[in-house]
Amino acid sequence: MPDTELIQDGERQMRICNACRYCEGYCAVFPAMEQRRVFTKADLTYLANLCFDCRDCYYACQYAPPHEFGVNIPKLMAELRADTYREFTWPAILSGLFKRNLLAASAITAASIVIILGLVLAFQGSDVLLGIHVGEGAFYRVVPFVAMTVPPSLVVLYGLTVFIIGATRFWRDTQGPISAMVDLPALWRATKDAFGLAYMKGGGAGCNYPAESFSRARMWHHHLVFYGFLLDLAATTIAAFYDHFLGWQAPYPYFSAPVVLGTAGGVGLIIGTAGLLYLKWKSDRAPADASMLNMDVAFLLLLFLTSFTGLGLLALRETAAMGTLLVIHLGFVAGLFITAPYGKFAHVVYRYAALVRYSIEQRRVV
Amino acid sequence: MIGGSEPFDVLVVGGGNAALCAAITARRAGASVLLLESAPKDFRGGNSRHTRDIRYMHRAATEYVTGAYDEEEFWQDLLGVTGGATNERLARLTIRDSECLGDWMPANGVRWQKPLRGTLHLTRSNLFMLGGGKAMVNGYYDTAAKLGVEIAYETEVRELKMSAGEFASAMASRNGASNEYAAKALVVASGGFEANIPWLKEYWGDVAENFIIRGTPHNQGGMLKELLRHGAKPEGDPRGCHAVALDARAPKFDGGIVTRLDSPPFGIVVNKQLTRFYDEGEDFWPKRYAIWGKLIAEQPDQIAYSIVDAKALPHFMPSVFPPVQAASIPELAGALGIDPMLLGAAVNEFNQAVRPGKFDPGALDDCRTEGLVPPKSHWARPIDTPPYYGYPLRPGITFTYLGVTVNEQAQVIMQNDAPAKNVFAAGEVMAGNILGRGYLAGFGLTIGSVFGRIAGREAARCAGY
Repeated sequence: MPDTELIQDGERQMRICNACRYCEGYCAVFPAMEQRRVFTKADLTYLANLCFDCRDCYYACQYAPPHEFGVNIPKLMAELRADTYREFTWPAILSGLFKRNLLAASAITAASIVIILGLVLAFQGSDVLLGIHVGEGAFYRVVPFVAMTVPPSLVVLYGLTVFIIGATRFWRDTQGPISAMVDLPALWRATKDAFGLAYMKGGGAGCNYPAESFSRARMWHHHLVFYGFLLDLAATTIAAFYDHFLGWQAPYPYFSAPVVLGTAGGVGLIIGTAGLLYLKWKSDRAPADASMLNMDVAFLLLLFLTSFTGLGLLALRETAAMGTLLVIHLGFVAGLFITAPYGKFAHVVYRYAALVRYSIEQRRVV
Repeated sequence: MIGGSEPFDVLVVGGGNAALCAAITARRAGASVLLLESAPKDFRGGNSRHTRDIRYMHRAATEYVTGAYDEEEFWQDLLGVTGGATNERLARLTIRDSECLGDWMPANGVRWQKPLRGTLHLTRSNLFMLGGGKAMVNGYYDTAAKLGVEIAYETEVRELKMSAGEFASAMASRNGASNEYAAKALVVASGGFEANIPWLKEYWGDVAENFIIRGTPHNQGGMLKELLRHGAKPEGDPRGCHAVALDARAPKFDGGIVTRLDSPPFGIVVNKQLTRFYDEGEDFWPKRYAIWGKLIAEQPDQIAYSIVDAKALPHFMPSVFPPVQAASIPELAGALGIDPMLLGAAVNEFNQAVRPGKFDPGALDDCRTEGLVPPKSHWARPIDTPPYYGYPLRPGITFTYLGVTVNEQAQVIMQNDAPAKNVFAAGEVMAGNILGRGYLAGFGLTIGSVFGRIAGREAARCAGY
């Protein structure tokens, strides 16, 4: 749907919701909506990023299709969020990556694997790739230290830059001065809501996900993914600390902090992403937006395969398969982080910004 | 089983709140239950899918209501709105029995919403369903299915086979085929007849063609007609219906809550001849909105126009349809398709009659007209601040009052005053026994829930449970 048509339809649906208000107990979207009488593009963008796609309102809606009013808030909000990601990203020319995201992510990941493999073969040779390497610095014998640390750091820095630009643009468009974001109580409440996935509980009974019955499955699997990711981040940080400050080089022993945290995180990510992929597969498509679903699948698959190859590498690190697995794993890591600013990872940024704004706004109301 | 030979213990006709309460209660008692809903699954639940809250008696505040609401206050409120058109025995039974609903409903799949700061002032007496009536109905259907109630959608009962107050079977059509369903007991919970325009025309004449039906198009009153044909004793004024002022652009059926319009007290309302016809500021709108349906029904072509100006707009709930807007009154008349000169004259006459006062939308203030017929008693301020807004209005029918007489066991009473042996009624089809006139917010669900549960219990007992 072209942008203006989507905005007009969003305005129409919000007007119906605002005259009904039966769903006000479900989540933050409706109390935020009730503060408004007109719905500009900026308002709709803000509301869309407050929506956690729990779908409780869709099944409760007396005006949901096939009713002639055709109110379908989860679908509308998903479409608006997809628009948000494209509109606020940088540089604009790459916003096309959000469309057909699964294809883009697959191509970028495949290319990463091929390039890393090519570089290892060219500079290290096949003997090194297929050899057995054990002991401290084993990984660096296949992919040298500089190659393993400098490009990823640049990719992460680039991604952070894109997200900061996106968050700034989003905030300016929907809220106003950046200084308003520096609001500690609001940041604290938004952080609590985000870490607790407050709005994946619907009105308390859970999401109508994957279908009409209430379930907490989506929330728990999302928790596994989120906290799994954080554990892996912690493992990587500790490993970097060991390496740079203590001079201990990977691989680390099985019962060292990086390996224990990394393994726990990896297992969480595998179960969480597999569960979410299953739920997506089973989910009702009526309240869904196809392009958002495509982004979800791309991101979940990348997370799953990155974790899976990481754990495989851990299991077989003392065999001849180590070199090949390392190349594949690094390829997935590269794919994950290169595509991060141009895929579903973006939801973290915009949702958080929307939650901060919500807590500022609600405080004003009380 | 459905459409098969095996008779059920209890047959429930209808698929809204009362029907589901009856089906769940009968099934919990041990009876086998078949529920026939005439609507498709997406539109199941009759008018219950448009409800928001339920009034119930309670002795103290809870997490979900802000204070106590006892039997006497409840009864006085009911007496107030009905002006005595109620059966006190059944009414008090309903009120007392409603006390257990606060627990019974969540135990059967309904979720409550905590009171929010909002525009509704019912948070002391009424419980609000999280997500509203459709969410409630979804919860009940889930529970009923888990308990083993057989449910058939798009199955409309056309004929009841009864003799001397004893039910034998029901003939129902589904996908064009006709099936016979036998059962030991029957619960009729299939609503009123407000969606049956030809039937309404019997009492209202052609005026009824211009009625908008706020609820389900499936309330055709077929079961009510069948029960009356078999000699059930009618109850309630056949012409009686709950009629409110609706936005004329509302869909003919199923527009629900969003098409109501709360603007009249903040401006003037004129008919097609551009004449005011009633005091728009007589009392608070929640106490008056339900007489406006009938008032508009009495105007030529059953249409009226609410006219307000820019300063009125923030004082009422936003409507689902944007108002017709113009920079001047004649321009507004043009956009509404009414005579600009006459509307200008009506607004002028009104403006000149307005006496100065202190405007207060939260009180019966002293902003009123002098020398105007009919007067506007409160909230009268000159309509002089552009832009001007107009809404076309039509009568919107919520429900009808005509039903069948029942006793305290929800048994249908026959013309000879004897109860039917195995025929029970619950919900809108018998609500006229208790609510003979007027309306009390959330009380339709109370009657349906209490009598649904009684009907389910008694029908199961009648079938040997």
